[in-house]
Amino acid sequence: MDAKQLFNMLGPIQAKKGYQFNPDTSMTMDLMEMLLVNKERYGHMACPCRLASGNYEMDKDIVCPCAYREPDVAEYGSCFCGLYVDQRWIDGTIPHQVVPERRPPEKVLAGLGLE
Amino acid sequence: MSKDVKVFALSTCIHCKHCKEFLDERGQEYECVYVDKLTGDERKQVIDEIKKVNPTLSFPTVIVNQKVIVGFDKAEITQALEE
Repeated sequence: MDAKQLFNMLGPIQAKKGYQFNPDTSMTMDLMEMLLVNKERYGHMACPCRLASGNYEMDKDIVCPCAYREPDVAEYGSCFCGLYVDQRWIDGTIPHQVVPERRPPEKVLAGLGLE
Repeated sequence: MSKDVKVFALSTCIHCKHCKEFLDERGQEYECVYVDKLTGDERKQVIDEIKKVNPTLSFPTVIVNQKVIVGFDKAEITQALEE
């Protein structure tokens, strides 16, 4: 599968759930590429903006769409990596800010066997 | 005066990529460490280093001289570079 195919596959599924891709197509396509890189190296599509372990059970909460997307989009109009946004974000009625990491750092460390 | 800039990044992270492009456009030199490319003790050591300045362990973590900027916050990075 290439980035375009992934884009075409995910778009309609996520739109039904009320999530839209970032309208910056170049960024969105880069993220599609990076999800495929992670699929290749970890076996699952871990969020490209997070340090994954490669252990599916440990990474489950950051497999895209991650467990933090819903609260992040609700609060900031965008998920952590910026792949999924809502209409307020697209319209500019909500400020475009750095979305703070919601994932507990303990999970990153545990996944890597550092705790 | 030239600033000492370090970027802790992931090779797949879009915000890290944008951050590096921003620094490149400014002609700002920096050291970039791709943490996802590290393994073993080296990775542990770098993660410990990041944890001290950014307990959320998120990327990019940017250090301009001693100032830590979490995430690609263009305004904060600009301010730190121009201080």
